[in-house]
Amino acid sequence: MMPIAARGWSAAFALAVLALPWFGHEDPVVALFAGEALPLVFHAGARPWLLPLLLLPAFAQFAVRHDRPRLLVATAAVALAWLCLEGFAINHRGWTWQWLGAIFGGKPTQPALGWGALLYALAATQLAAIGLARQGWCRGDAFVLGAILLILGAILIFVFWPVMTVLISAVRDNHGNFAPAEFWTKFTDRSIWGLECLTGGGNCGAAWNTLALAVVVGLLSTLLGLAFALVALRTGLPLKGPIRLLSLLPIITPPFVIGLALIIMFGRTGFVTTFLYQTFDIPRSRWLYGWPGVTLAQLLAFTPIAFLVLVGVLQSVAPSLEEAAGTLRAGRWRTFRTVTWPLIRPGVANAFLIGFIESMADFGNPLMLGGSFNVLSTDIFFAVVGAAQDQGRAAVLGMILLGFTMAAFTAQRLWVGRARYTTVTGKGDSGVPPPLPLGLRAACYATVLPWLLLTVVVYAIVLSGGFVETIGRDHTPTWKHFLIAFGIDHGVSGWFLSGSAWNSFITTMWLSALSMPLTAALGLITAWLLARQEFRGRGAFEFLTMMSFAIPGTVIGVSYILAFNTPPVELTGTGMILVLAFMFRNMPVGIRAGIASLSQIDKSLDEASLTLGARSWRTFRLVILPILRPAIIAAMVYSFVRAVTSVSAVIFLTTAEYQLATVYIVGRAEMSEYGVALAYSAVLIAVMVGALVLIRLLVGEQRIGRRSANTAETAPVGLAAS
Amino acid sequence: MRSARTMLFAAAALLASAAMPARADVVVYCSADEKMCRGLVTLFTKETGIKADMTRQSSGETYARIRAEKDNPRADVWWGGTGDPHLQAAEEGLLAEYKSPMLPKMRDWAVRQAELAKFQTVGVYMGALGYGYNSEELGRKKLAAPACWADLLKPEYKGEVQMADPNSSGTAYTMLATLVQLWGEEQAFDYLKKLHRNINDYTKSGAAPAQAAGKGETLVGVAFQHDVVMVALTGKRPLVTVSPCEGTGYEVGSMSLIKGGRNAADARKFYDWALGASAQQIMPEFGSFQVPSNSDVPVPKEAPDLSSIKLINYDFAKYGSSAERRRLLARWTNEVKGAAR
Repeated sequence: MMPIAARGWSAAFALAVLALPWFGHEDPVVALFAGEALPLVFHAGARPWLLPLLLLPAFAQFAVRHDRPRLLVATAAVALAWLCLEGFAINHRGWTWQWLGAIFGGKPTQPALGWGALLYALAATQLAAIGLARQGWCRGDAFVLGAILLILGAILIFVFWPVMTVLISAVRDNHGNFAPAEFWTKFTDRSIWGLECLTGGGNCGAAWNTLALAVVVGLLSTLLGLAFALVALRTGLPLKGPIRLLSLLPIITPPFVIGLALIIMFGRTGFVTTFLYQTFDIPRSRWLYGWPGVTLAQLLAFTPIAFLVLVGVLQSVAPSLEEAAGTLRAGRWRTFRTVTWPLIRPGVANAFLIGFIESMADFGNPLMLGGSFNVLSTDIFFAVVGAAQDQGRAAVLGMILLGFTMAAFTAQRLWVGRARYTTVTGKGDSGVPPPLPLGLRAACYATVLPWLLLTVVVYAIVLSGGFVETIGRDHTPTWKHFLIAFGIDHGVSGWFLSGSAWNSFITTMWLSALSMPLTAALGLITAWLLARQEFRGRGAFEFLTMMSFAIPGTVIGVSYILAFNTPPVELTGTGMILVLAFMFRNMPVGIRAGIASLSQIDKSLDEASLTLGARSWRTFRLVILPILRPAIIAAMVYSFVRAVTSVSAVIFLTTAEYQLATVYIVGRAEMSEYGVALAYSAVLIAVMVGALVLIRLLVGEQRIGRRSANTAETAPVGLAAS
Repeated sequence: MRSARTMLFAAAALLASAAMPARADVVVYCSADEKMCRGLVTLFTKETGIKADMTRQSSGETYARIRAEKDNPRADVWWGGTGDPHLQAAEEGLLAEYKSPMLPKMRDWAVRQAELAKFQTVGVYMGALGYGYNSEELGRKKLAAPACWADLLKPEYKGEVQMADPNSSGTAYTMLATLVQLWGEEQAFDYLKKLHRNINDYTKSGAAPAQAAGKGETLVGVAFQHDVVMVALTGKRPLVTVSPCEGTGYEVGSMSLIKGGRNAADARKFYDWALGASAQQIMPEFGSFQVPSNSDVPVPKEAPDLSSIKLINYDFAKYGSSAERRRLLARWTNEVKGAAR
């Protein structure tokens, strides 16, 4: 007997062809009168290639009623295959490939797919999952299978396919002809692999620069993040609240704003430089431009991410283990080294991986501070938009970047290995975490405090720069810049928003809010599949999910235009394409956070739930989700913030109607209107802090049954998504 | 968990509304400064009643976007930005041919640009290449004010000159092509190799050197003169514009109609209007001090004085072609950029 869900999906399958508009149209009103908005059943007469799609739901209905899982799977597979085939073969202008026209003749056309087609594909996927589960796949668990197929499909459409449309140009010349020889010339170029900097003559290749920078930033951000996490959780320092708040600020700041603040401080005419020059006669130099500046800016930007990952992991380390070590007369240091450290190792590996990949994908900081220090992400951008206009080179560079990411990823898996790190088990834990060893505590303080000071000054500049005449030169307070961006005027028809930033501000906020829960859900379900379910091809699946993170935003932007500008999937010019870009670009963060938390939760909890008769959806909802709450908050916060602050991925996707805040700020900064750029950034930061507090209140605080080391803890509600 | 579910439902509802774009009468891609672009389309709507949507991006980005969208173009008009990407797009057949009735009123360099592209593009403004120096920094170093290209080779300027990388910036490529036309290729490369010792950075973006000179991060920044003027005036920076004494090249900011645009009729109205006097005389209000292409419109008084600029006869056909550009860029990258300082 098929499960109830099978009937539901089967009905949805039929509904998709009978009731929902099959094709999408840019203008719903026009569509209604043009007849384009009708369901599939009305189109099949004029467009005979749609007929098979119309008939398949009947087969599905039959298969469900008579319990024929094989037939059901076959039907769903044929439906999906035919949908792809006819969709790609026939677009709005006729046959996509010339030779098809030669065989079949005629000039059939069809617009892009709409809601009906979406539901059709969704229902087919779920019916296939139900059919396969019935045949015993994945221990007969339809929910797991359905989730795998759904996420796989989404990743194939929104990551793999667009990225491939760009990468294919690596083996093409500038006119689109097949030219594999060019690939080799471009790949072995001196500007990529040169090692001149070691021999003292000129610059090294972009590939080596990128790699070295990523390793340094990955290591240092992890160390700093760990120091912050230890200070925040394991010491009695009264700075706990401020640390949490401040260490989160860099994430909610567009990266180039940090670069700007660093120039205002340490540039050749920066106030710190000028002060050193005037008081100590230290010559002014341009040391900031190049790898030192980029490293500093990236550390400021990515340490908080490492902190977020590590604080979550550190929190779920069971104190009773550490107490046990103490009882067995291990010293504090020995306890830390042999108990705490091995337990937080997967978290550390994840933090390093994120720092490493973030550094490689970072675009704003190298653009602002890179100088002659070339890295792959900016080189890719300028290969596409620069005077040389060489998309093939961009594709080659993109492949190299992807290769590095893959390598990092493999190394991380080897290091963390197959050891078990679970400490949240079914049994309650009432231990109290021991204080840190003295030397370690001193080291933590020595790194955390100066870094905090630097962060405070950077933010003082960012937040105040918009409210003085010219930051660094003339510090007369003024509302001028703020009013240009956010003025409200009274006119004949009442109050209206006259500031030039309102449009982009409102669009950014609601598109980001929209992508937030979707990204978090996508990321966490994927994490659960990767960490908890055994299925064939899991490694490949995991790699696919990381792909969008590794590719620089510019390439994602161009690839989204190439893939989604024409039928079958036509999304350019809508807000949806921005939401999708946000979702699939930021999903890996949710995955990493989820995996890090899940690897600490004992599988016996899931198993107990399953033994008690709960199916996997119920287990996921009632057992896993509540434990994952800190990871959920982290993923939501992060995806919201990333959406608000991302630049490179969306620069090609914004339109007149869907303007984004960051693109506006970059435009202002380009024109040296730092006042307006900084005022806007300050407003964004304030709004995001507000939003984060709100999210925290809505989703609530984590409660793993642990006693606090510091019973008198009355720290303010930290923003840490911990 | 209820709150999470509520949020998911709300998100789905909003997603549905996000899937529908609104339609305008004409869609403009604009490659000038944001304020300039905004002001232009607002005035157009005000004067003609035609609703215009504008998206601002640099000329390189716009070119890449139009190229990516060629099977289903989203925009109708491309206004502004340096001429080379417009010519490149014309060469690749991305633009539509149109002879505007306004053409007889254009200054001759604007018409030449149109003829060169077989009327697939037209000049809307012109600006000469030069450089800017920071007078505060100059005073601090107690140096004489530079006036020529040759002055930048002086040893006192070591590490004080900034220009963009011609591989990524149209401005820097204009400089490369200008010097080649001014002195011949061998002498030009000889100059660039010597200049390399004084360069502190090859920036990615062509706008960056003028900005950096304005802030005092470098003493000299190579840029288009109107960009230097704009940084000095809008950023209130101690920046002085120099028009090199040996002579200099220039850019022709262009406008094109995009082939296959959906609103061809209104796009032509915008095109004709943008060549008219009312559109071209507002440019200085937005900090754009280039020479307008309409001969009825006077040159803005803040603009660098044209009579004091020695313009070379820039060969856009030869130096705008992709083959010549690739050859020069490859030579520059191999002989100049990689050399030791």
